[in-house]
Amino acid sequence: MRKLLLAALLIAGTAQAVSAAETVDPQKDLKSFREYFTSRFPKVQLDDFVNGPYSMDEGLRAQWKAIDEFPPYEFAIEKGKEMFATPFKNGKSYGDCFADKGIGVRQNYPYFDTDKGEVITLELALNRCRQANGEQPYSYTKDEMSALTAYMAFTSRGKRFDIKIPNDPRALAAYKKGEEYFYTRRGQLNFNCATCHVQNPGNHIRTEVLAPALGIVAAMPIYRSNWGGMGTFSRRITSCNTQVRASSLPPQDELYRDVEYYLTYMGNGLPVSGPGARP
Amino acid sequence: MASTIRVRAVANGDATEVQSLIQHPMDSGFIKDSKGELIPAHHIEVVTFEHGGKTVFTALWGPAVSKDPYVKFKFKGGKKGDELKVSWVDNKGKSDSLVAKIQ
Amino acid sequence: MKDYSQAPVLARRAVLKGAATAGVAGIGLATMGSFAFADADTKDWPEKAFKEKSEADALKDLYGKTAEPSDKIMLEAPEIAENGAVVPVSVTSSLPNVTAVAILVLDNPNTLVAAYKIPEGTEPSVANRLKMAKTSKVVAVVESGGKLYSASKEVKVTVGGCGG
Repeated sequence: MRKLLLAALLIAGTAQAVSAAETVDPQKDLKSFREYFTSRFPKVQLDDFVNGPYSMDEGLRAQWKAIDEFPPYEFAIEKGKEMFATPFKNGKSYGDCFADKGIGVRQNYPYFDTDKGEVITLELALNRCRQANGEQPYSYTKDEMSALTAYMAFTSRGKRFDIKIPNDPRALAAYKKGEEYFYTRRGQLNFNCATCHVQNPGNHIRTEVLAPALGIVAAMPIYRSNWGGMGTFSRRITSCNTQVRASSLPPQDELYRDVEYYLTYMGNGLPVSGPGARP
Repeated sequence: MASTIRVRAVANGDATEVQSLIQHPMDSGFIKDSKGELIPAHHIEVVTFEHGGKTVFTALWGPAVSKDPYVKFKFKGGKKGDELKVSWVDNKGKSDSLVAKIQ
Repeated sequence: MKDYSQAPVLARRAVLKGAATAGVAGIGLATMGSFAFADADTKDWPEKAFKEKSEADALKDLYGKTAEPSDKIMLEAPEIAENGAVVPVSVTSSLPNVTAVAILVLDNPNTLVAAYKIPEGTEPSVANRLKMAKTSKVVAVVESGGKLYSASKEVKVTVGGCGG
């Protein structure tokens, strides 16, 4: 009996490993992810999904247009531009850490670093750049970091997201971990990301209109009226965790980076709309 | 230090449309900080817009104007290259001003 | 919540000083008020007006008048504010000789939000962004030809469900 059980487990285990490698097909996932949203919201233009709740509600859209005419994230863009133009103490500057001097590259982040075997987000790359040049790292959630990414996003506005998943089992594993996190229920409210952003976009959670998961990171970093200031993906995901009464991880934790990798990949082909204004 | 004032002034025909965005906390005095203490009111009181030595618009603001306040108005006159001066003063006596060129 | 603390004190002072004196003082203050406001070059900020709880009191402090409704004022504000901290509101008017525009939010702790001086040559049109404490009527007041006119619109404000 025991031998049979062990044999069964072994077969199941092996079968799982084999099937895991077989079923990771990001391109197929992207296609069905996108089709879910476009068929559920046939009146929304594909590119418009990056505008989050504004693609779902006309009343909100009109207010957003009024604010976007002269948006409060202008100060962050200006500050970021200034920071980019100011060298570090050692004479180098942010541009030296990026392709094309960091201008017009936001749509390529996050990417999987095959040397380091991890997902690199824009914020992580920026802090590593600082540390490599003898500077202190910035907080990942707002202020200086969001000014830098606001400027970088702004230089990429309109460019289409082009996240690559190399044919490397580690990259596929990171993608898979991100997807798993997205669909795993957590917290006292027992929500997963999909509960709000896949099952209920356009609907209200209490009094707020939920954004669709398709293209949801395209507007990062965002100036939220709620925050009275800027915030990055790290800021938003840690607060989302808190809101469902779950423990949050440190910003830029490997698992969060995997989630960002998965989510951004799902929005491939959609335009960078950041920095964005949100309620 | 960079100015707190951002201005877009565009001449169109015989009128100039002015939009301005000012970086300012506009604390109402009603909000508490994380320690539970009231953050004192700190808001812009007067914003003045001048063109050709004449005041073309004055804003009198209370603490209920949003953070990083915005205003848009239009005045007759003004042509591309003209100067538009924007100045503000707040309830703590702080102030800033900027001279922008009309586009 | 109305602040009634001022009223009894003034009434008491009037009784003590004698009705005539109080009356003269009253006229003097009113005149001073309107001069201060009419002079476009002063940096005077109408502190009292910004502390009033009612539309009538705020307008009295600012302009010394009351407003009558007008259909020549276009007040644009959302039906439901996406966030009470930043509500885009704009006012335009086809009334002639406009010298001032004021915006009030009736259910804010202090009703007057902003007042604008419109010199000759400037269009009677303002767009701005306001804070609203809760669902309330937003009132736009326009001073035209020395008289006050107003228009109002209710804006619903809900607390963001997900907070910070």
